Amino acid sequence: MHIPDGYLSPSTCAVMGAAMVPVLAVATKKVNETFDKKDVPTMAIGSAFAFTIMMFNVPIPGGTTAHAVGATLLAIALGPWGASISLTVALLIQSLFFGDGGILALGANSFNMAFVAPFVGYGVYMLLQKFKVGKVISSAIGAYIGINAAALAASIELGLQPVLFHTADGRALYFPYGLSQSIPAMMLAHLTVAGLVEAAVTGLVVHYLIKAGEDNLLYKFSYRLRGENK
Amino acid sequence: MKKLLIAAIVIILLTPIGLLAPGSAWGEWGIDEIKNMVGYVPSGMKHFSDTVKALFPDYGIPGFDKNFFQQSIGYIFSAIVGIAVIAIVFFILSKMIGRQEGKNE
Repeated sequence: MHIPDGYLSPSTCAVMGAAMVPVLAVATKKVNETFDKKDVPTMAIGSAFAFTIMMFNVPIPGGTTAHAVGATLLAIALGPWGASISLTVALLIQSLFFGDGGILALGANSFNMAFVAPFVGYGVYMLLQKFKVGKVISSAIGAYIGINAAALAASIELGLQPVLFHTADGRALYFPYGLSQSIPAMMLAHLTVAGLVEAAVTGLVVHYLIKAGEDNLLYKFSYRLRGENK
Repeated sequence: MKKLLIAAIVIILLTPIGLLAPGSAWGEWGIDEIKNMVGYVPSGMKHFSDTVKALFPDYGIPGFDKNFFQQSIGYIFSAIVGIAVIAIVFFILSKMIGRQEGKNE
């Protein structure tokens, strides 16, 4: 889901980058309000976890690969705003040091994986909890929907490129495949395999943390973010 | 904390499993692959690809990626480098974000 440089037009990159500025500004404000300085290392652990989990490529039918992100897990553990910062840092390091995702495309990749994924996943998780669904199942379903929402966003950004940016004779300037190809391809990969991996990892870690009695650590920040005491 | 550290080391050592998946991710092809697929390299794509040369492209050590063993070493090395850089970034961030202890509590 890491869009490389050259795939999106500079204007698309600028729009997506501009969209991430208020997200990160609010995230910083929320973290300043809810995190003690000594809690910041927890964000580093979340970021490192997401970074590492994204290295586990899984095979997709048709000869491509995809990977989990850990976005919903981070949103549950750190609150969605803290998760947004942690995931953005992971994506920044991936693009700068490892060429995974473009530097110009960092705004778009952050929008998909550090904004859409954690917030949609966390929203679904919270909604299911309202219907008395258990935390483990809620987290797994949230993770599944969260990563698929991010994949859909990425496929729309990619698929719009040939429609918006092409030469007079119809050649694409950037990403060459339109929405009718990008959406099915991305969604196939994430609905069938990557989403299930994301759900399984999230559910297992939440299950383990509850079992280990560390749900306090896990939920501390999100409780605070909702203004509840725990 | 010790458990967390052990879990982290195990996860890092297992990362080469991620190398076993064949092919590249959909929509993350190199310029050559694009040329094979659509018959030409879109001009804007050519212009903006590789804006910055990564130190360890594709989580590997350049020149040390001839076989699965070398790639695995590069992958594990990349995981360690990535995590170390993330730790440094958050060490710096901790100076700038988060509230001082004892305030507003």
